[in-house]
Amino acid sequence: MTQASLGQSVVQKTIHVQQNNGVSASVTHTQPLWLLAEVTYRCPLHCAFCYNPTDYDKHTQNELTTEQWIQALRDARKLGALQLGISGGEPLLRDDIEDIVIEAKKLGYYSNLITSGVGLTEKRIQAFKEGGLDHIQLSMHDITEEINNFITNTKTFELKKKVAAMIKNHGYPMVLNVVIHRYNIGHMREILEMAEALGADYIELANTQYYGWSLVNRSQLMPTKEQVDEAEAITNEFRANPDNKMKIFFVVPDYFSDRPKKCMNGWGEVFMIVTANGDVLPCHSARSLPNMQFPNVRDSGLEYAWKESPAFNKYRGDSWMKEPCRSCSEKENDLGGCRCQAFLLSGDADVADPVCTKSPYRHLIDQAIEDSKNPVLVAQPIVFRNDKNSKKIIAGEFKDRVEGFHSLP
Amino acid sequence: MTNDILQTDIYTLAPHHRFQWEEAQQNYVILFPEGMVKLHGGAGEVIKRLDGKVSVGDVVTDLKATFPDAANIEADIIGMFELAMSKGWLRKV
Repeated sequence: MTQASLGQSVVQKTIHVQQNNGVSASVTHTQPLWLLAEVTYRCPLHCAFCYNPTDYDKHTQNELTTEQWIQALRDARKLGALQLGISGGEPLLRDDIEDIVIEAKKLGYYSNLITSGVGLTEKRIQAFKEGGLDHIQLSMHDITEEINNFITNTKTFELKKKVAAMIKNHGYPMVLNVVIHRYNIGHMREILEMAEALGADYIELANTQYYGWSLVNRSQLMPTKEQVDEAEAITNEFRANPDNKMKIFFVVPDYFSDRPKKCMNGWGEVFMIVTANGDVLPCHSARSLPNMQFPNVRDSGLEYAWKESPAFNKYRGDSWMKEPCRSCSEKENDLGGCRCQAFLLSGDADVADPVCTKSPYRHLIDQAIEDSKNPVLVAQPIVFRNDKNSKKIIAGEFKDRVEGFHSLP
Repeated sequence: MTNDILQTDIYTLAPHHRFQWEEAQQNYVILFPEGMVKLHGGAGEVIKRLDGKVSVGDVVTDLKATFPDAANIEADIIGMFELAMSKGWLRKV
């Protein structure tokens, strides 16, 4: 799936317009608002920045059935979920997305297909429209064929433009997601112009966050602080022009911040993911945490997962916090940041997100920023997200690329 | 840019926006690409009445009749239209 497409940014966007999403409740008086269905980890693209788990290959043979997905949709809707993201991998590799869309409509979800566009045909988009799919979010990578094809490790540039036109022709709002990294950050103005020319209604500029494959490729993908500042300035300039009607979401890159992001708007607060194999997670990369047993829809329902499961309750509220978070006057702003980032980088899932300058582990972030300028590290080849590399990582290869982290990204 | 709301104006939901009652949350919501908003109390009552035919004045009259005890209701209703237009939830017919 595309970076942050339904992740932190979207959740934060929701909450901006909500008045009383109480994150202070330390137990289970929350409702899921967003259900992300990662229906498959199979994908025709091989993006270097993908935040699917690097060992995803374990879960390409044990996908949930159509019936199991429909049951999950029903159960989540009962709990209150109303935004549905159908994602992956590439969801269109399954041939039952039409059935899922029809059920989503029946249940009253606002449904969103998050796709690379590969596999979207006239016939399928027609069926989605008739079935009641509300919108389609298309990933775009760059204005140049060269960078698009390089970073996705595929020849998909022309196809994406065709799919964009198809989406528009069927009366869908045009929602583009562009993951930003070193290779395209210098093209920000051109990317925005391209989106405007395609008739985009929304564009999400998702600066790469480092989980999954993007963590393995961090030194190769990270732009400089100066590039990020310039990209943000161009974005603001574009926004300020009243001729540009497109709504722009700029997902800030947390490594260059002083404070962490309020990851998923709080653990188990509004967001629930069901993965291809049925695991139920509070965030995309939660399985990288140690000693956690995540519920699976094959064994227990979503109501148990959300309300009762130890995993979903583990980091709700703030009683789990250590210092400096516990007594921090800003703790409500970010709830200590991301648990996965804390563990992957520091080895302790309960500490402040190392992005925070109050964290005793901030030097790990600064070192990563320095590493991204180190010509030796930068010259290492990108490990593209594909089945072969996933199998290798599972088998213990690429040691030098993952040994700096406390679990497999 | 200001949106002056006139009594004769007619508004309806913007394209790609959906308005519905949420049983699990006991409030109305507006859903749209990449986001949603929960509407509390009177806000939902305003949006509920918009069918592409009624004017702002009609909505005010109707709500005054429905909630005779609510003080200063007209200003609240106009404020809701202003907010909804500034957020892009509504379009003018």
